[in-house]
Amino acid sequence: MKDVGNITKNSMRDLCSLEGAEYFDLENYEPMAHIKMTARKVGVFYNGKPALKDVSINFKEHQVISLIGPSGCGKSTFLRCLNRMNDTIDGCLVEGNIELDGRDIYAPDIDPVEVRARVGMVFQKPNPFPKSVFDNICYGPRIHGMASSKAELEEVVEWSLTSAGLWNEVKDRLHEPGTSLSGGQQQRLCIARAIAVNPEVILMDEPCSALDPIATAKIEELIDKLRTRFTIIIVTHSMQQAARISQRTAFFHLGELVEEGETDDIFTNPRDVRTEAYITGRIG
Amino acid sequence: MDTKHIVKSYDDDLSRLGNMIAEMGGLVEMQLARAVEALANFDADAARDIVAKDKSIDAFEMEIDDFIIKVMALRQPVARDLRSVIIGLKISSNLERIGDYAKNIAKRTTTLSHSSMTPLLVEGPINTISRMAQIVQQMIKNVLDAYIAGDADKADDVRAKDENVDQLYSGLFRELLTYMMEDPRNITPCTHLLFVAKNVERMGDHVTGIAEQIHFMVHGAMPDEERIKGDDTSINISNI
Repeated sequence: MKDVGNITKNSMRDLCSLEGAEYFDLENYEPMAHIKMTARKVGVFYNGKPALKDVSINFKEHQVISLIGPSGCGKSTFLRCLNRMNDTIDGCLVEGNIELDGRDIYAPDIDPVEVRARVGMVFQKPNPFPKSVFDNICYGPRIHGMASSKAELEEVVEWSLTSAGLWNEVKDRLHEPGTSLSGGQQQRLCIARAIAVNPEVILMDEPCSALDPIATAKIEELIDKLRTRFTIIIVTHSMQQAARISQRTAFFHLGELVEEGETDDIFTNPRDVRTEAYITGRIG
Repeated sequence: MDTKHIVKSYDDDLSRLGNMIAEMGGLVEMQLARAVEALANFDADAARDIVAKDKSIDAFEMEIDDFIIKVMALRQPVARDLRSVIIGLKISSNLERIGDYAKNIAKRTTTLSHSSMTPLLVEGPINTISRMAQIVQQMIKNVLDAYIAGDADKADDVRAKDENVDQLYSGLFRELLTYMMEDPRNITPCTHLLFVAKNVERMGDHVTGIAEQIHFMVHGAMPDEERIKGDDTSINISNI
């Protein structure tokens, strides 16, 4: 790794350190923030069969929102609508309206590739490309033409890996295959890969379900740090995880959004009996 | 919530907690009944027995606390389950305090049984104390039923009943002050009786506290309206 110069290093430090971001005070942060994404009356059909009906919800900037609910309730389906991942599924029809910063992401003049660059995704199983750690991170910036020189690419790689809390563990292994890392490291590599293209929203589909508790704790800590820069929407089967990491929680059941609110309220005093039954372990 | 948990042993834990609290409550109720009976009979032996028995109530509280910590660690209850487990801690601590008051009545019974008193003088106040104790006993019974059944209305009724205890206490307070003013030799026994009555009145307050917790367990919020209080002794001294 070349010395990328003092100015760049300082700017990186600013970006990577929470203390540096003085304008963003986590302790006194109030969720009055700008609405980053909005879904209105979203329904999804697979080959004509409804999987999700009439979902309306707002996602505020710099918040972590958890989507919880039993298997098959539509939460992952809904998550995939948010960056048009359902486009790739034959027979899938999305109705309703989803906006990113007030613009309909399903509008005809919108390029889904651009949507996916702005709304990144991390999956359940770590899925690094069969390439080196370095190339895994560079892949996105390269195809989106976000770096014009090798030095810039190196800068992006260091910034992304540092942001994902992985830099110190892999800085001497950048040219080893991504698949040679441990499970938890691979998942953080995937998060680094997602943030390398500087998205605005990150979708996570059960990002810790294949990880041990220590790797999970590292990802959770990372999610809490990343929310200062991104809006994070996470599907999780672990209600404790939703309670630990998210500011808001949405409960889905049988293709419906039953209830959405402050995580504190959902886990102490939910409004809907179905939510209560689910979180207390009464329906599966 | 009537539906059962998917994991049956979780329900078993919660019902075991309910049974432990009911059992502890039964013990406390009995201590109160026996303490007031010993007082009425000036029975120092029974009083000593009641004092000794308080240890088992203290042990019960610790047992319940340990069990609740275990349930919290192993089941990680949320929502209403969490509230019912958490208030278990508060109920056991309130019951333990009620037990302490019963013990204190018994201690004063021992003292009173050694003092020279006019039986006629103490008969009236002891009758009033017995009436207060009967109401409190019934309140304890009903509040425990309300906890087991998760019945907030029943708990709210218990909360309202405390006014009767307060009123009896206020009346007794005046009555005892009159006796003390009549003859200074009455001061010692009357002061003890006043403390005994105050103990029973405080028991009522603790039961009321439990009733409010049950309201919280069911509704997720404390009762809105202020409780009507019948104890005006702390503001009315100058009027006597």
